[in-house]
Amino acid sequence: MDNVLTFVTFLPTVAALVLALFLRGDDKVAQLNAKRLALFATVITFVISLFILFGFDPEDTGFQMVEEADWIMGLKYKMGVDGISVLFVMLTTALMPLVIWSAWDVNTRVKEYMIAFLLLETLMLGVFTALDLVLFYLFFEAGLIPMFLIIGIWGGKNRIYAAFKFFLYTFLGSVLMLVAMIAMYVDAGTTDIAQLLTHEFSSETIQVLGFNIIGGFQTLAFLAFFASFAVKMPMWPVHTWLPDAHVQAPTAGSVVLAAILLKMGGYGFLRFSLPMFPVASDHLANFVLWLSVIAIVYASLVALVQEDMKKLIAYSSVAHMGYVTAGIFTFNQQGLDGAIFQMISHGFVSGALFLCVGVIYDRMHTRDIAAFGGLQNRMPAYALVFMFFTMANVGLPGTSGFIGEFLTLLGIFQANTWVALVAASGVIFSASYALWLYRRVVLGDLIKESLKTIKDMTPREKWIFAPLVVMTLLLGVYPSLVLDLIGPSVTALVENYHAALPMVADVATH
Amino acid sequence: MTSNDFSIVLPEVLLAIYGMAALLFAVYTGKDKLAGVITWLTAAVFVIIALMIGLGGEGANTAFGGMFIDDAFSRFGKVGILLAGAAVLVMSYDFLEKRGFAKFEYPILVLFSTIGMMVMVSAGDLMALYLGLELMSLALYVIASFRRDSVKSTEAGLKYFVLGSLSSGLLLYGSSLVYGFSGTTSFAGIISVVQNEVPVGVLFGLVFVMTGLAFKVSAVPFHMWTPDVYEGAPTPTTAFFATAPKLAAMGLFARVLHDAFGGIVGDWQQVLAVIAVASMFLGAVAGIGQKNIKRLMAYSSISHMGFALMGLAAGNAQGVQSALIYMAIYVAMNIGTFAFIMTMERDGKPVTDISALNLYWRNSPTKALALLVLMFSLAGVPPMLGFFGKLAVLQAAWGAGLVYLAVFGVIASVIGAFYYLRIVYYMYFGTETDPLDQVSNPVAYVLLIASALIMLVGIVNMFGVEGMAALAADALVK
Repeated sequence: MDNVLTFVTFLPTVAALVLALFLRGDDKVAQLNAKRLALFATVITFVISLFILFGFDPEDTGFQMVEEADWIMGLKYKMGVDGISVLFVMLTTALMPLVIWSAWDVNTRVKEYMIAFLLLETLMLGVFTALDLVLFYLFFEAGLIPMFLIIGIWGGKNRIYAAFKFFLYTFLGSVLMLVAMIAMYVDAGTTDIAQLLTHEFSSETIQVLGFNIIGGFQTLAFLAFFASFAVKMPMWPVHTWLPDAHVQAPTAGSVVLAAILLKMGGYGFLRFSLPMFPVASDHLANFVLWLSVIAIVYASLVALVQEDMKKLIAYSSVAHMGYVTAGIFTFNQQGLDGAIFQMISHGFVSGALFLCVGVIYDRMHTRDIAAFGGLQNRMPAYALVFMFFTMANVGLPGTSGFIGEFLTLLGIFQANTWVALVAASGVIFSASYALWLYRRVVLGDLIKESLKTIKDMTPREKWIFAPLVVMTLLLGVYPSLVLDLIGPSVTALVENYHAALPMVADVATH
Repeated sequence: MTSNDFSIVLPEVLLAIYGMAALLFAVYTGKDKLAGVITWLTAAVFVIIALMIGLGGEGANTAFGGMFIDDAFSRFGKVGILLAGAAVLVMSYDFLEKRGFAKFEYPILVLFSTIGMMVMVSAGDLMALYLGLELMSLALYVIASFRRDSVKSTEAGLKYFVLGSLSSGLLLYGSSLVYGFSGTTSFAGIISVVQNEVPVGVLFGLVFVMTGLAFKVSAVPFHMWTPDVYEGAPTPTTAFFATAPKLAAMGLFARVLHDAFGGIVGDWQQVLAVIAVASMFLGAVAGIGQKNIKRLMAYSSISHMGFALMGLAAGNAQGVQSALIYMAIYVAMNIGTFAFIMTMERDGKPVTDISALNLYWRNSPTKALALLVLMFSLAGVPPMLGFFGKLAVLQAAWGAGLVYLAVFGVIASVIGAFYYLRIVYYMYFGTETDPLDQVSNPVAYVLLIASALIMLVGIVNMFGVEGMAALAADALVK
């Protein structure tokens, strides 16, 4: 299996092509076939991706399973994984079958819906496996197209506004990154990420339009990348596209958005910003830390007053991503471990929460919190699952959410005590909005007439949640599953980062 | 000597002979009944000549004392021009015939303007430049007003003619200044005089020449004719305007700047950069409010010309190469898009309102998908080939130190993305309206699909265009 990464990445595309070219008609049978083929393809992708996981050697901190070929315009087609990316690949391949399965009840334009998700899977996997700047950018940006269509075609009432906002917001962020990539290419003469990681970008102060830019090239490039990843994360104050996109997207779209697409921002920080621009990262660390805690507190407070369930969870995502960015910019082992762990955990938990909303949305066709209440009486299984993921979202010990938050806070405390103090308050806020949501929707007496006939989860829905529950618990009680995999790579990242700092400082003073 | 000269201009001579023979033949026999035959025949001749040029000799030859240059650069331009011309010809026939003005003059006028374009990219002298430019323009003026009974078409032709004459005048004035202060009209002569130290008259002349050329590529601030002419002219003519002449004018631009003024890059670089920024932004912003798809494509092409000029502004071989790649991709995208526009009709009448595309994908999913690919490619979103065109020019601009140009470029591309997305929005998310007719125009259909496929499959190796553009650029920039 020399080309396992290429194979895994493009297998969903092949399935999408098969669907597009050979599946005819739009009747019930054709729809079911489309769903089955998509599910089959994503499951096979997951099974093959297990070869990546088991073939991966955590002790080797370099890139593994590297594939390389020449491409146009001096670029390279280069794929590979290291300890940081391998888990995101696994997260993607593991969640996609569940996403497809959760869309079983969709009955408009099913074939196209499935094609969009299959293409999206290829593009997401490509982001995590690409080892060439432009190839990375290509996957990163191309993901906007299927997501734009998913929101715009299958979304809610205000879908067009949300789709345009999503597209243009992220596009604007990314094109600045493209300029920085071109600058890096001109500077280093290569777009190979592995080589760029060892290239030292200038950090001498330069003047731009009369302003002294401390950290020079590194700072500018850092900011350009930051513009892209901060929008994608999303960080305060450029998070406003996310609630709109989440609310309008269909359930499966929301799940993919929250569980995987948001992680591209964090992955980008780890892959590019930190190792390639260490001096700039160091200069701007406090800036990012404070933005992160503002996100944690602000987004949590905003979440408290939401009346739409999806919007509430979207803001909760913003808050949780605040932990991730804060953890990354602590530059220590605990912080980075925590950030990656939090991303993986958030992938399962927020995905599951959006699925929870989807379950009752499918029945009642509303996401208004006020329209529900007392669901425990008729939906005990749902109440249990929803409670489990609410607790995981809050960060209850024993769930994966706790490990992520605890490790990041530990890391932040070492880096900046004040930031840690404010960030820790987010734990209380998250408990308040999450538990309050749960009380309003699930607890109490069932008094609303419209809910008197609501049915509990179907076996299909239960089976979708089962793996998510297992993973959340497993990671909660046995975090080494993740930490052992990412540990050596993170250690190397931290060491290289700190090694780069004094060396560059010396050069700058001479 | 003379026979050698003629063997170098053989493709142009053959085309001219064919054109005159076809004209005579049609006039004395079937006239408009032969329109179909002549259209296809002309397209076939274009393709044959393109093959002849493309597969023909290598190296650089000059003819007529340096007036005519046949090198890798001109061959690149000619092959592109001929193929674009052939594609536009074959896809317009159905459209013209349905509207009852499939006249035999149409392909012949296209042919003559194509000869003009071929002379343009081969020009080695200000005289040859002007000859080619006028031959192209005169034929274009006529086909812009080809629909004589339509006020809009006549208006388009007249507008184009008046403004085109003005720009020709400016160009001529500039040429005379250059001649007056350098003592020669040949590019080789000018470049040997104009090194480092520039006589102020030559500088003035250069600016006027650039003005005339900027008019032909419809770069801001000489773009005003573009939307009106695009809208007023019959769609096949618009399709032609948007493709081959743009390529030729851009080729001529590169030729003049490098062959004649290659010694004073610094003097024209800033001018070009400003024109490029203005074009990118105006094209991106003004396109937002357009409801007519032909006007929208006019602003789109203004914006795209800005990007290609950004490549030229780099002022080196990489810049020329990137501009050529950009133009090749641009032409391929526009052929597909106009092939689509030509099939837009309702109750047998052409429709150009973009809201007519509402929920188009329900009726014609394949065509809608192809247009979606083209729109994202025009917007420069990866993985479509349009993105690589942008990447090439951005790289060239950054490499030449024009940092601000690259930054402005990407911002303009985001603004411009909005109107391409709007077309996608109408096609996929729109509201229910009367659907467009299911037009059967197999040629246009094939070209649309082919163009979309090129945008997707081309990212594997660009069909070798990159290497050819590199050869062409090296031939131009010594």
